[in-house]
This record gives sequence, C-alpha cells and structure tokens, in this order.
Amino acid sequence: MPLLDIRNLTVAFDTSVGLFKAVDGIDVSVEAREVLAIVGESGSGKSVAMLAVMGLLPSSATVTADRMEFEGRDLLSMSTADRRRIIGKDIAMIFQEPVASLNPCFTIGFQIEEVLSEHLGLRGRAARDRAIELLRLVGITDGAERLGAFPHQMSGGQCQRVMIAMAIACNPKLLIADEPTTALDVTIQKQILDLLVRLQAEHGMGLIMITHDMGVVAETADRVIVQYEGHKMEEADVLSLFENPQSNYTRALLSALPDNAVGDRLPTVSDFVFEPAPGAQS
Amino acid sequence: MSAPVLEVRNLKRDYTSSGGLFRAPKVVHAVKGVNFSLAQGKTLAVVGESGCGKSTLARMITLIDAPTAGEILIDGQAVDSHHVTHEMRQKVQIVFQNPYGSLNPRQKIGDVLSEPLLLNTRLSAAERREQAMAMLVKVGLGPEHFNRYPHMFSGGQRQRIAIARALMLNPRFLVLDEPVSALDLSVQAQVLNLLKDLQEEFGLTYVFISHDLSVVRYIADEVMVMYFGDVVEHGSRDAVFADPQHDYTRTLFAATPRADVASIRERLAKKAALAQ
Repeated sequence: MPLLDIRNLTVAFDTSVGLFKAVDGIDVSVEAREVLAIVGESGSGKSVAMLAVMGLLPSSATVTADRMEFEGRDLLSMSTADRRRIIGKDIAMIFQEPVASLNPCFTIGFQIEEVLSEHLGLRGRAARDRAIELLRLVGITDGAERLGAFPHQMSGGQCQRVMIAMAIACNPKLLIADEPTTALDVTIQKQILDLLVRLQAEHGMGLIMITHDMGVVAETADRVIVQYEGHKMEEADVLSLFENPQSNYTRALLSALPDNAVGDRLPTVSDFVFEPAPGAQS
Repeated sequence: MSAPVLEVRNLKRDYTSSGGLFRAPKVVHAVKGVNFSLAQGKTLAVVGESGCGKSTLARMITLIDAPTAGEILIDGQAVDSHHVTHEMRQKVQIVFQNPYGSLNPRQKIGDVLSEPLLLNTRLSAAERREQAMAMLVKVGLGPEHFNRYPHMFSGGQRQRIAIARALMLNPRFLVLDEPVSALDLSVQAQVLNLLKDLQEEFGLTYVFISHDLSVVRYIADEVMVMYFGDVVEHGSRDAVFADPQHDYTRTLFAATPRADVASIRERLAKKAALAQ
C-alpha cells in the first residue's frame, strides 16, 4: 500500500474572473522510503497540490479528489481534529523561505519544543533534551546555546536546518520539502540536500521534493513527476527521465540547463513546440 | 589598446558596528583588497557564497558605497567616490537580484524607464517617451506594456524591465547582482539570452555576480572567486573551470548539482549499496 495515494486531485480557486484550476486531475502516489520529486515552473501547481494534502490552502480554494489517502485513511472525509493529529506529526512540510517561515518573536528552542509538546506531550527537561538532540541530527552541534537564539540571529542555511529539525521532530512518515534550497547558496544547498537524503534513509521516511531545479532532481530523486500548468506531463524514474525524456516539456526543461547550452544560445521552453496538456482548457 | 572600461586597484571596504557603551566597536573587513581590470564587451563573473563580500564589491563599483581604500577607474579616469559627478554616474548601472523589490509598485513602466532621462538629460517629454518605448521593444516587451504597473508582470518580465531601465542612459558597464537567481529555469534561460544579445548590440561590459556556477560558465569570459572578502582565484573562464587552483573553488564545484546521466547512475548505485 502506498504511503500517500492521491487520485484525480483538482484544486480550483475562486477568483474575480471566475474559477481558476491550479491543479487539474493529478495523480500522486509515494511509497514508504521513496524520494519523489515534483518538478515544474512557478504556476505549475506543484506547491498547491501539496498544500492541499496538508490542508493549508485558503478558503477560496476548492479541493476535490477521487481519493486522497494517507496509509489507507481518507484525509478528505476525516474530521479536522483527526487531520490535525496527522498533519505536522506523520506528514511534515518544510518551506522555501526558512527565515520567513519561523516566527521572529520566539526563540528557536521555544518553536521546536512547541511541536514536541503539541504532538508528543513532551515538556520541560525532556522537551529540551529532545530539541538539542534534533539540532544535533540536523548538524547544529552547539544546540544547547542555539536554543536561545532568535531566527534573525541565524543564517538562512541555519534557519532551514531548524525548520528541518521541527519537521522531523515527531519522526514523520512523510516529509514534504517545498523548494527547500532555492533561497540558499550552492555550498549550503549541497549540505541541506545531503542532510535531507541522509535523514530520509536513516528514518525510512517518504520524501516529496518540490523543485524547479533539474540539478536538485538529479541529486536526490528516485522517481519524478513533471508538472506544467496544473497537468502532469510525465512520470518516470529519475534515470529514464534524464536519459530518455518522453514529453517535449521535459526535454525543454532539460535543455534550458545552462550546462546544456548548444553554441551561444540557451534553448528556452518556447523554442519547443508543445503537445497540449491532456484535457487542457483552451 | 584602449583603456579598460573598468579598473579596480586594491579596493577595500570595512564596516564598523558601534560596540555600545562597554564594548569596543567591531570592524568587519567586507572586502580586503581587490584588483582587476575589465575590457569593453567582456563579462567578469564574481562568484562566492553569501557574506563573501561580492555585493559590497558591487556597491562600490556602482559608486553607491565609498570604498575605505583603493581606487576605481572608469574609462581610465579615477573616480572621486565622495564627489561623484553626473557624468560618472551615467556610466554605471546596476540590476538587482529581486525583480519584485526593485521596481516601485506605484510607478507605471513607462515612467520607470523615462525617469533616468528626466533626471539626467534635457530631452523633451515626447523624446523621453519615444526612447523608453524603443527600449521596451528591445528587451522583448511591447509598446502595450508602457502604461502598466509592475504587479501586472511576471518575474522574468520585471527583470527585463529592470535591465531596460539600467540601459536607458547608455552606460559603459552594467553590474548584474544575481540577476537570474530568483527566476525559473526556462525564464532564466530567456533572460541570459537577452543579456548576451544586448551585450553584442551595445558592446556592453558586464560585472556578473552569481553563486550559480552553471550560469557563470555560460555567460562569463573571466571568473573571480571570492571567499571572506579575499579574491582566492581569478582567471579566464576556461582556465578556472578546467583547473581550479584554490580549495574553496573546488568545494564550489563539488557542491554544484550534476544533472548528467552518469552521475545519476553513480548516485543510485551508491544508494543501492547502502540499502543492503
């Protein structure tokens, strides 16, 4: 049984100019211990689909799906209270802007311990010890001093480590990482990606990497979904995707990598003639 | 040979933070003596991680920040950084990283582009409008965009507008501070192509600041690697990429994700071996 199983997910936003479908009939499934990458440009609906899983979309969004199950339990029909018991504990998410996703008014120690007390009932000394251990897991060795630090006293890479520490605090079964390294330098990016992959392997988590960077996909994923304007363009294991991309859009994305520049110009997506997305609205 | 467009001699910048009542003030050496010269039509890429001083360097050569020590020569003329003349200011322009933050949300695109002309030239309103319109077309936008506001554009289009604004006064060189790192891959390719086209057309000189080595390899003629305020490596693109000398440069190369089939095979093989 897959860890997360989504069939025909549609997310529509009610806008002043009518209904806008950000995600249109997407199927996603992740096995335990699998790294799935969802690739696409901004506006492709890759983040929205995962926010729908987390239940973090604003009220103007309508989420429909034939099936949205986590470990065989239907996420859509369960009560809000039941869902909150899963979200943040069994399914955790980290976001693109680490500095913006932490609360600037509280120390990172408080923010990590809050997760521990909410989901695991750990308080006081027990919570503090676990928080230090979590920081050590994500590569912050002076955890005891760092607990008293505020987010603005740490660098972007350090903040992302804290976010990851919070996300893995309850040993989640599924971790969703939404562009976890886009705001970071290459050297820090490498450290964070290595950290995520190592934690994924050690804890046997499922990991969904949302990204627009083909390099990140190549370095982390087992399986890849390529998304464009709310539609799935292609799904393949990572090797066959890079070796033998099936859709024109994937080929376009791969050739837009500066490494693959032919002569003096970079090919752009518009250089490729598109097959219309299946069922695309005109 | 004519004088280089930009020459920098032993450029330094220190920042002093006030220490408070009982603490001594702290001095941060952001840039510790940089030398280079850049010929017309060439691109120098400055590479390094955040905090290495590359943006401070950019602020000094765009004459925004005065250096603590050292000299900046533009077209062979030394710049007095405390009394920068109008003429000098016009020779240097900058494009910033975040296209969402660098345009005034209340200003129409037409006004964004005409403002440099209004401030620096004596052209009439009609002439300013005409030039702005022409520049808009040159960077791949249309005359219909003239009366729109920044929020009506995508990130890539906004970066085109920022580039157009920088080119309005026919600068000698352009400082590009991470111009594509906030953009999607395919939009990034379009903007990089545009920069190459404009460089050819106007004979522009670029100082291109980036931490993305694959972009640097594509656009640069020369590469300068900075680490904690020092230049640790400086050479032609081919030399630096073929044979990096400094440890930090090698670390950078090792950190850049590889997207070729061979490295993916290698990674998957390693992972399979670990799982057993």
